[in-house]
Amino acid sequence: MAERISRDEVAHVARLARLRLSEEELERFTLQLGDVLNHAADVAALDLEGVAATSHPYAVGNVLREDVPGGGLDRSEVLAQAPETEAGQFRVPPVRGEAP
Amino acid sequence: MSDRPGSGADALWAAGSPGLGAPEGTEWETVIGLEVHAELLTRTKLFSSSPNAFGGEPNTHIDPVCLGLPGTLPVLNRHAVELAVRVGLALGAEVRPSIFARKNYFYPDMPKDYQISQYDRPINVGGRLELPSGKVVRIERAHLEEDTGKTTHMGGAGRIDGAAYSLVDYNRAGVPLLEIVSRPDMRSAAEAREFVAELRATLVAVGASDGKMEEGSLRVDANVSVRPAGVSRLGTRCEIKNVNSLRSLGRALEHEARRQIELLTSGEAVAQQTRHWDEDEGRTTALRSKEEATDYRYFPEPDLVPLAPEGAWVEQIRAELPLLPRQRRRRLADATDEAPARVSLIVERGQDDLALEAVEAGAPAAAVLKHLEQNLAGGTGALTAAGLAELLAMEESAELTSNQVKDVLADMARTGQAPAAVARRLGFEAVGAGELAVLVDRMIAEHPEEWRRLCSGEGRERKKMQGFFTGQVMRATKGQADGRRVAALLAERAGS
Repeated sequence: MAERISRDEVAHVARLARLRLSEEELERFTLQLGDVLNHAADVAALDLEGVAATSHPYAVGNVLREDVPGGGLDRSEVLAQAPETEAGQFRVPPVRGEAP
Repeated sequence: MSDRPGSGADALWAAGSPGLGAPEGTEWETVIGLEVHAELLTRTKLFSSSPNAFGGEPNTHIDPVCLGLPGTLPVLNRHAVELAVRVGLALGAEVRPSIFARKNYFYPDMPKDYQISQYDRPINVGGRLELPSGKVVRIERAHLEEDTGKTTHMGGAGRIDGAAYSLVDYNRAGVPLLEIVSRPDMRSAAEAREFVAELRATLVAVGASDGKMEEGSLRVDANVSVRPAGVSRLGTRCEIKNVNSLRSLGRALEHEARRQIELLTSGEAVAQQTRHWDEDEGRTTALRSKEEATDYRYFPEPDLVPLAPEGAWVEQIRAELPLLPRQRRRRLADATDEAPARVSLIVERGQDDLALEAVEAGAPAAAVLKHLEQNLAGGTGALTAAGLAELLAMEESAELTSNQVKDVLADMARTGQAPAAVARRLGFEAVGAGELAVLVDRMIAEHPEEWRRLCSGEGRERKKMQGFFTGQVMRATKGQADGRRVAALLAERAGS
């Protein structure tokens, strides 16, 4: 059976998720993700004509909240838990690359 | 070039290919599509209840959800959905069942490391926006998403490259946005500006946005490409970011189109990239290009359930929609027997209700439009439709001269008083008909030689003498006589 996902693809996905994988982990995850994709392929092989796609496991929708303010947090309490702060803001290391 | 058949030109024109299909004298066409992000006018954020407010001390409009704290769950703001539906209906879009998706990326403006947006199933699909010029721009979609926080790069002259560190303010994180995406239907910077102005007016009319580009509550990204006229295939496009006003949008688009044409004319290719508009330098510069194609790994947001606004709710929102700018133009155009484009300025200034009411009160339409356009650019202030109609009647019956009407109008806008009262206060007592006739006769008697020349003169001579007598009468009345009535009296006396 053809591989569902290649080792290179797993390495690519890991890079997108900023994960550093060892050679051994790459090997293992390629097999495991292949199994997951095989299972998805089994489902995809079923005749599902007329069955709506599921985007969510629960049959609920339209959960809405009224537009009423409340539930804010105190800045000093929040910033006290940050590694670094400056002038009421979170201070973070230099950013690489522009915002999307 | 433009008479070349599309297919033949297409064969010559390989998009982005160096030098191909760009012989000297090529006519170029600019193709523009826009993405407009509008912050919605809600009281709270899209998925949590801290305030949606511009300004404020950094990190004072924050809550556990918009900070992405563990264990928190987003809950959708009903009013944000209503505003999105209002805009969708105003644009003639189809309001559809939709879901939210995670857009994954690593940047500190979103503490969750993803932005909740809509991807393959947006709330509004399709639609169109008719511009004052009559041009129609198709709308691709208008979807809900959350805004990001604000990062300030410290050191390195505020630019991201070379910055020592960055500061992050999450007041804006989670503020509801509607991203409106147009089709690439615009063909010039002027059309793009017209589109944004009309979209802004529409968003403001339905109460979805305050429309303030300078405060960033309305942000525009532009996709621009060029191609030889007559070609149907699109050229390689660049995305322009950081335009903060209609004026900079126009400048950025003109610059970018010129840059691309120069590249292609000199045999180089346009690289697909995101470019940053520098308002001071008046040019676009490439952002650091990404090593690999952006992959946001979108997937359905598991923390939110599907959204499908009920038909009854959508119909109620539709029934409550206010008049849109396009409808206001049509309404005033019909009432004044003018083309919609002709009355767009008055609609833009929000003076169309007044104009319409004045016309309905019997004021001549042409005079109403003229005075609003020319003499009330600064706003109508305290002016009422009834007052305007009354004033225009006085102008028509020559009780006031056109210069006096201007002064009275400005005064009425300031004080809100009736035109007769204002005219009296300003000393614009109309010279009575009998009084004027006596005065004209006296001038004729005092200037027999001039009168003879008027009576016997032809063309220019006659005109000159008419001017002389009008001037005499004006001087005697301190400019308060009506020139048209003086002319009529002179003609009557001369027996012609």
